[in-house]
Amino acid sequence: MLDKLTSAMDFHTKALVLRSERQRVIAGNIANADTPGYAARESNFADALRNASGSTGTSVGTTPMVGASGTGTPHARHIALGSGTGGIGGSGNEQGYAAQTQPRLDGNSVDLDRERAAFADNAVRYEATLRFLNGQGKTMLAAITGQ
Amino acid sequence: MFSVFGISGSAISAQSQRLNVVASNLANADAVAGPDGQPYKARQVVFQTAPMGADGGAGVRVDAVTESQTPGRKVHEPANPMADAQGYVTHSNVNAVEEMVNMISASRAYQNNVEVMNTAKNMLLKVLQLGT
Repeated sequence: MLDKLTSAMDFHTKALVLRSERQRVIAGNIANADTPGYAARESNFADALRNASGSTGTSVGTTPMVGASGTGTPHARHIALGSGTGGIGGSGNEQGYAAQTQPRLDGNSVDLDRERAAFADNAVRYEATLRFLNGQGKTMLAAITGQ
Repeated sequence: MFSVFGISGSAISAQSQRLNVVASNLANADAVAGPDGQPYKARQVVFQTAPMGADGGAGVRVDAVTESQTPGRKVHEPANPMADAQGYVTHSNVNAVEEMVNMISASRAYQNNVEVMNTAKNMLLKVLQLGT
């Protein structure tokens, strides 16, 4: 019974976990900006979220908000990116390598500008997800107290 | 999320070691010969990716500190007590311009990583405020 109260929050909870994982990947890229031979890593957020919310079999897919945001199948003509195996360790989620924009002689493929932009973007989206969670919690609380 | 501090912390310590090496290179830029009779050789740090935690984080560590093998600067100073038979004094092989560039790069990378840690800290603080 209680899981029905919190199942609405499930989607955002998973999104929050994935956002923090992406933040970690970007932090690793920024930390290795000067390491020779390092290949920048990139995680596909949409795919990871689809995997996370699909595998548990919750009712996330049927909520109107998710349906509208287009987490369905990709367009038939889109070419799927061949994601690598993540190199070191395995976080469970598919991790690929970022495409190189400006090749460097030392073999490092980190684009610092892009990483910083992605980091800031991810931080803002993380906070947005937190606000959604907060709002849902407040809504539920208002319904319970009946005021 | 807590491993972000480990990742950025490793980068900060690696960059500060790089800055240390730059400082010793610049300090010895005009050194003529050490106690062993050899002129100072410029040092360079070599970075390497270090796995951080079980979930695939990528930190940095200093793999090695190498000595540059380029020949030292030779200056004709017959009056110098360290001059050789031809009157040449061998200075260190430090390239001051290269070291300055290295210093700026290390300082910027350090700032970047501090900013990453600050952002991660703010994000975690926001999580703590959830539901209030």
